[in-house]
Amino acid sequence: MTSGLIFGLTGIAVFAIGLFGALVMVEPLRRVLALKLCSVGAGFLLVVGAWREPPEAPDPVPHALVITGIVVMISATAVALALIRRLHMLERDTDD
Amino acid sequence: MTELPTIDWPTAVVFAPLAGAILAFAWPRRAAALGLASVLVTAGAVAALALQVLAEGAVLTRLGNWGAPLGIDLRADGLSTVLLAMTVGVGAFVSLGALDSYAPARADDRTRRYFWPLWLLLLTGLNGAFLSTDVFNLYVMLEVIALAAVGLTVLGGGRAAVRAGLDYMYASILGALLFLMGVGFVYLELGRLDFAGLIAAEPAPALTAALALMIAGLLLKTALFPLHFWLPGAHANATAPASALLSGLVVKVSLYVFLRLTQYMPLPDELLVTLIGALGAGAILWGGIQALRAERLKLLVAWSTVVQIGLIFVAFARAGQVGLAESWKAVALLILAHAVAKAGMFLAAGRIKDEVGHDRIADLDRSPIRPTLAQFTFALAAISLIGLPPSLGFAGKWVLMEGAMAAGYWHWVGVTMIGTLFSVAYFSRVLASFLRFDRMRSPVAEHQGWALADAAPLILALSALGLGLAAAPILAFMEIGYPFGATP
Repeated sequence: MTSGLIFGLTGIAVFAIGLFGALVMVEPLRRVLALKLCSVGAGFLLVVGAWREPPEAPDPVPHALVITGIVVMISATAVALALIRRLHMLERDTDD
Repeated sequence: MTELPTIDWPTAVVFAPLAGAILAFAWPRRAAALGLASVLVTAGAVAALALQVLAEGAVLTRLGNWGAPLGIDLRADGLSTVLLAMTVGVGAFVSLGALDSYAPARADDRTRRYFWPLWLLLLTGLNGAFLSTDVFNLYVMLEVIALAAVGLTVLGGGRAAVRAGLDYMYASILGALLFLMGVGFVYLELGRLDFAGLIAAEPAPALTAALALMIAGLLLKTALFPLHFWLPGAHANATAPASALLSGLVVKVSLYVFLRLTQYMPLPDELLVTLIGALGAGAILWGGIQALRAERLKLLVAWSTVVQIGLIFVAFARAGQVGLAESWKAVALLILAHAVAKAGMFLAAGRIKDEVGHDRIADLDRSPIRPTLAQFTFALAAISLIGLPPSLGFAGKWVLMEGAMAAGYWHWVGVTMIGTLFSVAYFSRVLASFLRFDRMRSPVAEHQGWALADAAPLILALSALGLGLAAAPILAFMEIGYPFGATP
């Protein structure tokens, strides 16, 4: 078993854990965290794919993709957190 | 004499709404004027692009002259151009409708201020997705669309809208991440992400896994039964113009990506095509039953979207794996028909709700206020969604059934017939309450709701009806640049 394969499978496993969480969790914050795990898993897999045997430089394209993915996920997380906070406030105001 | 630089229309189509979004956000007082102007500029750019495509065939732009496989290419062929025209056309009329729905008397300041930047950002994402030629760019566009669409869902600010928006957010992000995982698999296997690379690739297990992940993500985003759970709440609780955009345009983009991918990466098995068709049949049945049970007008219209998405997937599967080379035309026609008719219907439903004061279907016939023109618009849109001639919906269903019969797949014909009957049944519930006058407690009010605001939905509904007559030229235009024949 090569180290590349081990790392690759780890990425897929992290993604799968996140996927499971996103489908099963009820608590809004936990679901956001589960989605974050999914994105980390997908990014992990891409970074592993970029690795090359040392004298050779790693492939820069997946790195660029992962950075884009991180930016996208930060914005998505921010929106989700803002919505959760808003919902919390609305529910606190109307429930007695 | 110096030569004038020719404008690159695909770039203009993406960047005009983006510039508009930034300007509308920076000058909230002028948001409506800036937004409307920017939509019109985009419409002009799409019209110019359509003329160019008609004259020269598919138009390809290499951004920054990098070129595939590393750079980002924008490509407009017939299919892309028709969908761009649909987006900006529907968008322009919904924008006009929004001027009334978000008028100072009806909506608060915040709603009015944020609608335009969000909608223009959505338009940027939609246009970008229709012009993309690589899967990573598609992922980014899908995320842009998702964030803008969630913003539009919660624009009203009510508790139900925020809760539905949050559910939509989870489904949308999860769909995008599944898609991203698929993109990762594609890159690891092929070392490139453009459509040309996908077409040239030999079948491999990693690519099959990638296709499965991407399809799962797209089906979640396009709300195919049983992954539709987020749609009715989100589309029914948003404000009317936002619902029109979400139902008419946003679900269509994941459908379009699905269509492209399944043409470029062959589905491994006939069984999968049948399964997708069967899910479509499930959507028609379940959505139909729920639409019959819906108590609110907007919820009924939202469930009808679930039914129509199901119908579009039945059109995809109508002639099995061999027929996919032709079935995309039926899919594209139904996408077009649903976008135009459903946007008109949601705007009309919003108008009825504004005039009557509520949208409980059971009490519509008690109301002394009858917004006649909005009700007429609703009926016209229903004609196209049911699929009566000469509407565009009829043309789409015709192509669907023709292909299914030619291939001997009679079960898809049966499913389409059942779906049509369901549509007649649930729209009749609404139309009957428009026409009943015996349950009113007071005489019909003087004001019948003939307002200028009815113009936008009425034009959309009339277009859905009339464009059916132009179905043949539209089909011919879509084939320009061989969307699914040659290397893009």
